[in-house]
Amino acid sequence: MTSPLERKLKIAGPVVITANRLSDGAVVYRAASGEWTTQFTRAAVATTAPTAAELLTAANADGLIAVGAYVAPVTREPDGGLRPGNLRESIRMNGPTIALPGH
Amino acid sequence: MQLVKANRVIADRYQRVLDDAGLPDGPILLQAERFLADSAELAARAAPVGVVWPNNRKVADLAPHLDRLALIVLGFPTFKDGRAYSQARQLREQCGFQGELRASGDVLRDQYLFLVRAGFDAFEVRKDADVAAFVDPPARYSVFYQPAGDTRASALRRRLDGRRDADTSMPALQAADF
Amino acid sequence: MYLYDDFDKQLVDERVAEFRDQVARRLSGALTEDEFKPLRLMNGVYLQLHAYMLRVAIPYGTLSSAQLRTLASVARRFDKGYGHFTTRQNLQFNWIKLEQLPAAMADLASAGLHGMQTSGNCVRNITTDHWAGVAPDEIEDPRIWAEIVRQHSTMHPEFSFLPRKFKIAITASAHDRAAIKVHDIGLRMLRNGAGETGFEVSVGGGLGRTPFLGKTIKPFLPKRDLLSYVEAILRVYNQYGRRDNIYKARIKILVHELGAEKFGRDVDAEWQKIKDGVLALDPAVVANVAARFRYPDYQDLKDSPAELTEARATDAEFAAWLGNAVANHKMPGYAIVTLSLKPEGAPPGDATAGQMDALADLAERYSFGEIRVNHEQNLTLPHVAQRDLPALWRALGAIGLATPNVGLVSDIISCPGLDYCSLANTRSIPVAQELSRRFANLGAQRGIGRLHINISGCINACGHHHVGHIGLLGVEKNGEEFFQVTLGGRSDEKAELGALLGPAVPYNEVADVVEDVVSAYIELRERPDELFLDTVKRIGVEPFKERVYATR
Repeated sequence: MTSPLERKLKIAGPVVITANRLSDGAVVYRAASGEWTTQFTRAAVATTAPTAAELLTAANADGLIAVGAYVAPVTREPDGGLRPGNLRESIRMNGPTIALPGH
Repeated sequence: MQLVKANRVIADRYQRVLDDAGLPDGPILLQAERFLADSAELAARAAPVGVVWPNNRKVADLAPHLDRLALIVLGFPTFKDGRAYSQARQLREQCGFQGELRASGDVLRDQYLFLVRAGFDAFEVRKDADVAAFVDPPARYSVFYQPAGDTRASALRRRLDGRRDADTSMPALQAADF
Repeated sequence: MYLYDDFDKQLVDERVAEFRDQVARRLSGALTEDEFKPLRLMNGVYLQLHAYMLRVAIPYGTLSSAQLRTLASVARRFDKGYGHFTTRQNLQFNWIKLEQLPAAMADLASAGLHGMQTSGNCVRNITTDHWAGVAPDEIEDPRIWAEIVRQHSTMHPEFSFLPRKFKIAITASAHDRAAIKVHDIGLRMLRNGAGETGFEVSVGGGLGRTPFLGKTIKPFLPKRDLLSYVEAILRVYNQYGRRDNIYKARIKILVHELGAEKFGRDVDAEWQKIKDGVLALDPAVVANVAARFRYPDYQDLKDSPAELTEARATDAEFAAWLGNAVANHKMPGYAIVTLSLKPEGAPPGDATAGQMDALADLAERYSFGEIRVNHEQNLTLPHVAQRDLPALWRALGAIGLATPNVGLVSDIISCPGLDYCSLANTRSIPVAQELSRRFANLGAQRGIGRLHINISGCINACGHHHVGHIGLLGVEKNGEEFFQVTLGGRSDEKAELGALLGPAVPYNEVADVVEDVVSAYIELRERPDELFLDTVKRIGVEPFKERVYATR
């Protein structure tokens, strides 16, 4: 999908803040506590643009743990759970859709 | 911002002159247009004259006036904009400029070696934390492949000089090394 | 095989030390990401979707067995046990942690390997013919000149912050296996009327958003002038290339906007000032570099030895592989062997650490310890004695490197795509895998003939789709994956950009579309041996479009 890093901030539904961990590049999500977590389920969800912008600003101020923070869409499931909102975020969460060579 | 030259932090003795202002005594630093317009008069000045030359202007326009210049300031609007490296080399190597060549703008320690090799000898260091690396540069690299304005010999030339004759015998390393 | 001497080795070691310091300053916060990013890019370190990616330079695609073993070792110790060979003859590791990169780079440096300038706005890997030094139709080994330009462009103080990346390729055969016409500078070695060898220089080729074929600005450049002329081109580009728009910053845009003639005159004006200076290449300097290339001690062998003719006559599978993957060598009794990294259903261009180690051993045994990387994401053993071909084939089969599909429809070239790359719009590897499964039948593939499918997951065109016989470009429409299909591209001396087939097709139909294109070709070709490219050239895209879109 078109890199969200190149798009203007816009909220069309619930979003989370995501980035890559500086030390190893792993996908991380901003939790409500202000920590970065690899667990998608612990990501803080923003439903309004101002909340999202606040979370993003706080995330960017913390450039030592995570790099390149941006706003990523999520989709609410009927049971209230969340899943990544597009293919790119799904791949970021789950890894490549193909078997790795030798694995 | 601190000015470093010859591995020391120094005070800048040049006064920057705004375009319409009168010229003070002592060393002065002018913008390009003013310098070019007043070049003939400035030649009569005893005190040193410097010019700030934009990175998107041909060095050829400045070349006829070099004998009147003690200082040329070249700019890096962002360190990723490498046009001033070409300007510096042309001034040093093609035009023979021997005065102070000063780097200004986004001048950071990780570009120190490139700056020196391009012919800069003075640096307006943007970050105070970087000053130490300009004053006492870590001796990071000892060999360079290509000849450049800093007069270090290139690897191609040093290899040849290292041999007594330009023979083509195989080097001592074994192929199995890598 | 170029042997590093103390100078080369020292530079690489010093670079590792510098990068170690830069990583430490980044991890401590002394460097911001904005400041660190160009520094890590100049060592080939990208940040991708899930992890950092390290691109290791393989200068002009040449590797020793020891180097291949080192790549395998790094894959095991620091990555997930495999690596990906790219369309610029490099290797990519997809999972190395930043904090471990200095250690991985130190290991690589011990074998003379590095990631210098595999990214960033500088001169990238100088690529060349993967058959350099052994092709029968070659004027001389272009790798010597690639090495001279590589050294000159490594950590060049003036050209490390160009407007954009800069790619140079060189060929020394009439048949261009190095795709020079789609490079920023393309160098073709040739002889002039007086029998002297020199270079035809073209500039401004490139793929991506605005693809162009290179334009010749110097029909014959004497060898002596190679570095000064390249320097002049780079200097004009550095000063006048656009810096206001990242999508207009390549030299191809400057050449297009000025016109090739004016650009050539500007280069010439600069060149006149420097051509007789320190960059003039005197024969002693060239000889010194050439001397550092070790060539095999070939034996005096005859073509078609008994071991070969018997195996060919008695083993149909061997004969099929021989006819597909083995090419003539300039030395009698020897052969050039291509190893397909496109087995059925596998990600194109990937090799496991186990395969790399095993291949390193085979190269030592059968190819004087040398391996080449093809920009079509396959490997080559360049010096195999013909009598060893049967034994080599069996050994390659045992490690999965003997698929006889070289140059055929399942020999697909593909970028990593959205499974790995943060720039991608769509996935590409699963498309390649699906196509390779559908076209797995070797007899059918041979019936189709030479056909390159190139897949890029985005407009940056790392899969070189513009010059694919069939090109697939991933685009996004309404959050879904779609592909634009082009036909008739080629990257050789008759280089052409592919023509659009029709409206973009969705992900779950693209394999069907490719099958339909191939079926159309079989129906429309004049004779079984009319190549796909020639059919497209003869009849154009329209007949294909009618058939493909008839039911869509």
